[in-house]
Order: sequence, then structure tokens, then C-alpha cells
Amino acid sequence: MIAYYFKLALLSLRRNLLLTALMIAAIGLGIGAAMTTITVNYLMSANPIPHKSDQLFYVQVDSWDPNQPYTEPNEPPDQVTWTEATNLTAAKQAKRQSAIATSFAVIEPERAEQKPFIASIRLAYSDFFPMFDVPFLYGSGWQESADQDLRRVVVLSKKMNDEIFGGEDSVGRNLIMAGTSFQVVGVLDNWELKPKFFDVTTGAFDEMEDVYVPFLLKQAMELPSSGNNNCWKPYEEGGFSAYLSSECINYQMWVELDSDAAKADYQSFLHSYVEEQKRLGRFPREQNNRLSDVMQWMENQEVVAEDARMMMYMALMFLVVCLLNTVALLLAKFIGRTPEIALRRAVGASKRTLFLQHIIESAMLGVAGGILGLAIAWLGLQGVSGLYGEDTKGLAELDLTMAALAVVLAIVSTVLAGIYPNWRTCSVAPAGQLKTQ
Amino acid sequence: MLKMTNIKKVFRTEVVETHALRDFSLHVKEGDFVAVTGPSGSGKTTFLNVAGLLETFDEGDYLLDGQSVKGMSDNQLARMRNEKIGFIFQSFNLLPDLNLFDNVDVPLRYRGFNAKERKERIVQALETVGLGSRMKHLPAQLSGGQQQRVAIARALAGEPRFLLADEPTGNLDSAMAQSVLELLEDINKAGTTIIMVTHDPILAKRAGRNVFVRDGQVTEVTKATELDELVQKTAQVVG
Repeated sequence: MIAYYFKLALLSLRRNLLLTALMIAAIGLGIGAAMTTITVNYLMSANPIPHKSDQLFYVQVDSWDPNQPYTEPNEPPDQVTWTEATNLTAAKQAKRQSAIATSFAVIEPERAEQKPFIASIRLAYSDFFPMFDVPFLYGSGWQESADQDLRRVVVLSKKMNDEIFGGEDSVGRNLIMAGTSFQVVGVLDNWELKPKFFDVTTGAFDEMEDVYVPFLLKQAMELPSSGNNNCWKPYEEGGFSAYLSSECINYQMWVELDSDAAKADYQSFLHSYVEEQKRLGRFPREQNNRLSDVMQWMENQEVVAEDARMMMYMALMFLVVCLLNTVALLLAKFIGRTPEIALRRAVGASKRTLFLQHIIESAMLGVAGGILGLAIAWLGLQGVSGLYGEDTKGLAELDLTMAALAVVLAIVSTVLAGIYPNWRTCSVAPAGQLKTQ
Repeated sequence: MLKMTNIKKVFRTEVVETHALRDFSLHVKEGDFVAVTGPSGSGKTTFLNVAGLLETFDEGDYLLDGQSVKGMSDNQLARMRNEKIGFIFQSFNLLPDLNLFDNVDVPLRYRGFNAKERKERIVQALETVGLGSRMKHLPAQLSGGQQQRVAIARALAGEPRFLLADEPTGNLDSAMAQSVLELLEDINKAGTTIIMVTHDPILAKRAGRNVFVRDGQVTEVTKATELDELVQKTAQVVG
């Protein structure tokens, strides 16, 4: 019987091609607009490290100005000072821990035909690589001893290795960066995190860094700071070391804690640490320490931009308007069919049977609208890419899940849109229709 | 077989109540060919709609094939219509997008027959009405008389116990009307009970039994001359 309903639905859709095209266009436009914005929001808010996002915690301690909070109502700073970055990492109170920061330096490639260029640097501790499950193409991260020994070792991104070494296994080779020779210990495989959750302070959807070097080299080589650098009080003259000793925040602190007990212990450690710092004359504010897991941190930092969310709501409202149009068109179509419905009821079709028949027709419209919507969403995402460029790389792509969601959303919404017109027409008293035909 | 006792049917709007049937009682036996006549607005079509389970009624009892239809669900009524009743309408009510084969197929689909059985029944029904060679034609390619034959084939294909015909020749010229009526007579001779609503006394006289409906009530007519008298009286009253 279902096959029969499909046959009837096809016949019906072919009967008035203009009306059918209008309905498919209405559904397609609504779905296309909705899917464009839903896709962007979905990719923005996706869990970037689902298997351990609840074990990775971003650390916040309130070292800020006693007279005003970092942000209202009483939020601690979103980064830590050099002192906390190095102390908390050195304390080794978590399963793994790493302070991180960004910097930049000039790289002088081996090949004479290549000009020197500025590369972005991620400063990190050795725990960074296993903590964030960083994939390697060649080699690995550096040993823990390299952190303290200030060894000049570097891990290259795949892109950087392609540029400098033509994609070869460059482990063991040397690279001149910031006028110093670094030994390559690892080359990353493709690693494009969207969002780049471990550092969202400068843009959650920025490109990944070109190279990774031991954190403490910042001090040893006086590597420049980049990213957000905020200070609540001026620091004394004294150059780079005075800056590092200041209350300026420029570093992100992550720890890996694999149980609730470990988290509780770490919170207790933070409390003790801050108390100790207070005794040293720092941390003038009340204790206000935070441990946020990955998704909490994304939420806290509003990784899904408010305007993207607004756009999604507006697109969903547009979908509702399109569906209301579809309701009107379906109503016109189905009411035009009341004589046929009356005849079918007279010869033995129940209201339920006819309702099912017309729901299948609505669903077929939904499938066609969904396919058109997919094409429109693809165009929409191309438009988003064109508008925002590289920042949206990886965000403006329809994956299989979203494609399936588009079709399902189209079918469900069209079936819902068809319920009222269906109910109206299937409830028509057949007797009057049969006489007046 | 079809027994209506004191059926009452009232159509209500906000301002007026119309008593379409009042104390309407009729007993139709198996194999009867009943012609129902009466002036316009007398309640003929309402009776046929109630008989065909297309309309509900307000009071009274209605037994169809020994079963009371009172309180039946929409599904039960649909099933009963499908299995026991065939309809023939004045305006044929064929589906214009479907060819003759598919038009006759419509009630059989809801009956749940398999493809083979449906095909056999459709072919046989269309051959019975003389249209076996035109199964792939669309209704628009046929004359009015032929279209009514297709409608009869559709009504017959499910082998119903009753055939309810509402002015089956109303849209046909006299030659076509004659041929359709002969077809109905043949069907009745084969055992199907027919109830035909008509306002044509000449056609009505050819039925085995005549009932006259006026003001929603039924009068049994036993002689052909009585029917003429009733028609004339009604015409005078109306005139």
C-alpha cells in the first residue's frame, strides 16, 4: 500500500508543477538558510576533544586588581601571570599540566632560495602533546627534561615542515629560528582544531601555530609576547625579567585530572597556593579559583559568537515563515483535491488511510525541499567562506551529519506543515462533494 | 438485508433546521431493484447517503446486512462501504489522472487484495461493461456513457452486495441512459441488490420496486399508475 501512496503522491506532484515547484522552493529556501547558520553554530560549538573533554581543565586564579574584578560580576582573569604559569606547572599536582602562550620569531630556512619569514610560535611544556592528543607524522614531542634544560628543540606543524623541508621526515635536522639553531624532534600530522579550544583568548577559530617550543625558552630567549596581554598595575623598570615578574596576564594554564577526587585535590592545592601567594603580598582579592572543563570553558568564553546565534535564530524564524507559506500552498492543493478524497472515502478509504497517503506526499515534498535546501546551504556556506575568509575554514563545511539533518529537518517540517491541510481535507464530508462534482 | 427503521436526519445551521428524513423506514431485500423517486429536496439523496454510510443519522435504527451501523467508527464504516457497497454517481466521479484500469483499482486497493487478484477483478469488471479493450485510456478520452460504465465497473469490481446509484443516467442522453439502465438490470439479475435514486418516472417504472419520498418520508408504491399519480400530484403542489 505504501508503494501505491508513493505512486499517487508522484502523480499529484506532477499534476500542478508550478505549485509543486513553489512549495519545494519555499521549503528549500527555509532549509537552506537554516542549515547554513545551524552548520556554522554546530561546528563552532562541537566538542573538539570528546573523549577527554571532561578531564581537561582550564585553570583560573584571581590575581587581579583589589578595586575591581577582571570582569563583572566577579570573574577571575581568563589568563594567568608568568609566575603562576611556571609555578603551577612546576608543582606537578595534576596528572599532566602545561602553561601555554603564543609568540613569534623569524625562521631562516635552510634552502637559499627561500626567504626568511615570521612564524607563529606556541610555547608549551612537554605534557602539552599527550594532554591534547596531538597527532604526529614524524617523531614526537620533546622529553620532560628538555623543559627544564632549556633545550632548543622544536615541533613543526605539517604545513611548516612542507614549506621548510618539502614534507620530508625532518626529525633530527636543524632550523634557525630567532637567530638560534633548533633541533626538530617532531612533525605534526594534520591538526586543525575548530575551535582551537586550548587558547580561545585570541580567537577560537584562528589558525594553528607554525611551531611549538619549550615554554621556558620565552624567558631564556626573551621571546616576544603575542595574544592578549593585560596588566592591572604598572610594572617596575627592569626590562624583560621585570615584565615576567609583573601581574600581567598572558598565559593559559591547563591541567589533566582524571577523576573527581583528583579535581578536588587540585582545587585544594590551588587554594593553598593562593594562600601562600597572599602571604607573599600578592592576590589582594578574595579566593576565586576556577577549574573549567573544555565545554565549560567554551561556554564561558562564548566561543559560539552571539551574532552567529542570533543569525541562526533569525534563519529558523525564516524557516517558520517558509513553512507557513507551505501550509497555505498545501492547503490550496489539498482543498482542490476534496472531490477525489470524497470519492476515495466513498469507496472504502478511512480518514486515517487518506491522512497517511497525504502525509507521504508531504514527506516527498520534504525530501525534494531538503535536497534543494542542501544545495542552497552549500551555496550559503560558500558565501560565508567568501565573506570571512580563512577564519571560517573548517566551519563552513557541510558534513554527512549536517546533510542528513537537513533532509530530516525538511521532511519533519514539511510533514508538520502538512498536518493541518491534511486534517482539513480528510475531514470534509464526502456526501456533499460527490453530489456537486 | 437493508433495514431502516424510523430514521431521522436533521441538517442544522445557526439559523435553520432542515428535517431531511423523518421517521424514514424502508426494508430492502436481497436481489431487489428499488427505484427511489420524489421531488427535489424531498430527501432522496440524503436517504442514499445514509444508506451508503456517507452520512450519519440522528435517530432510528439501520441494519445493513444484519449489522447495526449505529456507533460504528470511521474505520468500520469505511470497511463496510468497501466490502458491501458499490456507488454510482450522476457525475461519474472518475479520477481524471488515472486510466480506466487504475480507476477501477481504487476500491480494490483499500480492500487489500493482492496484485494478481486485483488485476483479474479489474479486467473482468471492465469486460462486463464492454470496455475491456480500453483499460489504458484516460476518462477524458471516453464519452459520458462510457465513463458511467467505468464507474459501474469500479462499483462492481469488489463484488458488493448493494449498488447505490444516484441519478446514474442524469448526465446522459436517452440512448446512453437506456444502455446504462440495461446494464444495471443485468447486474441485478446476476444477484446484486440495487437502490437507484432518480426523478425520471420512466426509468423508475423499470425497477422491480418503487418507493416515493416526500418531505423526508417514504411511501411504498405498488402499482405503476400510483407512481404517475404521485408524480402528478407533487408537480401540482410544487407548481
